[in-house]
Amino acid sequence: MEPAEPLSQKKISIQKRIVLISLPLLLLAAALLTFSRFNPIPALTGGQPPAEEISVERVILDEDGILLFIVNGGHSTVVIAQVLVDEAYWSFTIEPGNELSRLARARVRIPYHWVEGELHEIVLLTSTGTTFGHTIEVAVASPPQDSTRWFLLAAIGFLVGIVPVGLGLMWFPLLQGLRTGSLRFVLSLTVGLLIFLFFDTLAEAIEFAGETPGVFKAIPLLFVIAMMSYLALMAVGNRKGVRDRSTPSGRYWVATAIAIGIGVHNLGEGLAVGASIAAGEAALGSFLIVGFVLHNVTEGVGIGAPMAQDRIAISRLAGLTLIAGGPAIIGTWLGGFTFTPLLAVIFFAIGAGAILQVIVEVSRLVLRPLVVSGTGSGSDSLKRAPAWSEIAGVAVGVVIMYATALLV
Amino acid sequence: MRSFLSRIKSSRLTRRDWLRGSGLAGMAGLAGFPAFAGETVESSQEFQRRNAPSDGLLGAVGEVDHVRNGFDPSDILYDFDYGVTSEMEDGRTLREFQIVASDMEIEVAPGVFFAAWTYNNRVPGPTLRCVEGDRVRVVFTNAGNHPHTIHFHGIHPANMDGVPGAGDGLIHKGQQTVYEFDAKPFGCHFYHCHSMPLKRHVHKGLYGAFIIDPDPEKYTGEEHKLARRRNHRYEECQAINEMVMVMNGFDTNFDGENEIYAANTVAFAYQTRHIPIRPDQEQRLYLANATEFDPVNSFHLHGNFFDYYDHGTTLTPTLRIIDTVMQCQGQRGILEFSYEGFDPGSFMFHAHQSEFAELGWMGFFKVLPVERSA
Repeated sequence: MEPAEPLSQKKISIQKRIVLISLPLLLLAAALLTFSRFNPIPALTGGQPPAEEISVERVILDEDGILLFIVNGGHSTVVIAQVLVDEAYWSFTIEPGNELSRLARARVRIPYHWVEGELHEIVLLTSTGTTFGHTIEVAVASPPQDSTRWFLLAAIGFLVGIVPVGLGLMWFPLLQGLRTGSLRFVLSLTVGLLIFLFFDTLAEAIEFAGETPGVFKAIPLLFVIAMMSYLALMAVGNRKGVRDRSTPSGRYWVATAIAIGIGVHNLGEGLAVGASIAAGEAALGSFLIVGFVLHNVTEGVGIGAPMAQDRIAISRLAGLTLIAGGPAIIGTWLGGFTFTPLLAVIFFAIGAGAILQVIVEVSRLVLRPLVVSGTGSGSDSLKRAPAWSEIAGVAVGVVIMYATALLV
Repeated sequence: MRSFLSRIKSSRLTRRDWLRGSGLAGMAGLAGFPAFAGETVESSQEFQRRNAPSDGLLGAVGEVDHVRNGFDPSDILYDFDYGVTSEMEDGRTLREFQIVASDMEIEVAPGVFFAAWTYNNRVPGPTLRCVEGDRVRVVFTNAGNHPHTIHFHGIHPANMDGVPGAGDGLIHKGQQTVYEFDAKPFGCHFYHCHSMPLKRHVHKGLYGAFIIDPDPEKYTGEEHKLARRRNHRYEECQAINEMVMVMNGFDTNFDGENEIYAANTVAFAYQTRHIPIRPDQEQRLYLANATEFDPVNSFHLHGNFFDYYDHGTTLTPTLRIIDTVMQCQGQRGILEFSYEGFDPGSFMFHAHQSEFAELGWMGFFKVLPVERSA
């Protein structure tokens, strides 16, 4: 320790500090400037221009024709020169301008008499002759964005999220009557449910990442967000008062954490329903709703299981229902009004991280001696290997999830 | 939850297949043809200003900078290259043409640029015109970055065929060659680069019309009169409004399909600026098809009919009183028609492949009021 002392005690003048802070930054700027002036890359690549990339984020069909929301997801500036609808050049206006720098957005208004119920192909032709296509699968007038729409979407979110979770929690008194062995089985089953949800959420996020313009780096973003969400919930769960899972408040926290994880997941489900409705896929929307409702009943059981040995007030159960089911409403709004693949990736990533954290929590509960006395000490008990009955519980949980997922 | 995206994708496939199967997809948009009334003599720009944006219009937005391109479809229409003539020892006419191939970026639709290969800095290349029996000498210089040739449709020796392996074969960057042959038979012909891959060299812009006028001295009676009407040196021919259109297409994204179709390169050029037509004048249109990727192109005239001379190699029409003619790749012919007795107004012409028309190959003849002779 001695040699470090004089260094830490040495007083550095403010001027010197400024120089020390700013000098590397100045040199960095100089290095970047030098690079941009004498860029060796063109000499190495043959100076080929960067590929253009334009994505259509949303389409609105109304009396005035077609309105496209586009984004330049590539590395170079793109100039939209012409617009084709169904293999025909068509008049259009573009706001704020037809030159889109990197990440810039624009609205393309095409006064075109689209045909109800039929398919339309839109192609954006850039100044370099590159084409970017977008297919309107089934042309249906986009409903006006009024208060009725907010209300109806909220009702759907309520049906998808709050109703099934609440119904699942109505089995809570039944869980309370279970013996220790059975309770462990139910908790294992919850782990099974969550494992399936984790992988499903991740898969969904990866799929949306594929639809996202490359510049957003959606896949790394997805894993980083999932990791941060996992760590954040871990930190919250380790705070004083809830840290000991052998206390009722500790177990209540686990249930809350499950509710949060499931809540974010349900937000994703709401997003899917809302987006399918926004896309005019009525049949798909109702199919998703029925599937999610049946599927989410099991989530109520999952939330209740960790607290089965405790007395829980109805208001608390209602609160957990709200945490787990409510976000579905926000999801349907987001999906129904401003769906973009990037948004979906972000929410699914948060959900995946949260679910993973819950899997760890509930697994700990299963492997801990279930004694009400509160003498069971924390993490030592984790060394026990899972019993066959518990593994069977996980398997049954996965199977239940898989089976109900087939409905969607 | 099941994959939301994959579900949408699967529904997309079936629906699209169904639409393709019933052929509805290609027909969509036909209803969008602008309703140009015959009696109004306004340009499409004026029409757009009056009707857009509420209705929407078929056509490109904006205008092509013909000055930057260095050529203008409205000029190409009437621009014949007669070469430099001199008399040979045997009394025949020697006609010398200079053609230079070069790489050049051209604007093929407003704001859309295409990396073209050109003859004499224009697409289509110059319309070469000579007379049956002339000695034709074409000095060809390749200033482009790829090996090119000129292959003439006509009668010539094998070593003048302009294909790889014949005569001088491929003319490489910076090299020069001379193609020389007797002009025969008379007709509306075609020339193009024959480097391989042929498809790319043609579609990049290396083609043009090659017209051999009949020599009236070789014909007697009625045929002599008809030949005079076709030979540019006779006033019977000069009285006719002669135009050249080379139908072409541009695959701007290299997917083997044309994004842009046109007559004389610029999409919608004659929709933006209608072609003026004097009703008291006969009209002759030399039409050639340089379209790649699509086997057939066509020409359809509104409100009128024409006589057609396939390949232009006959003095009497091969098809009479038709309003639509089709040409396969490399085919060409002469159309003769008149708007005599018509009230002023604009008449559309276009490929009757609706897809080509809506991708740029359409225009208008604007019939002018009859001029009162002073």
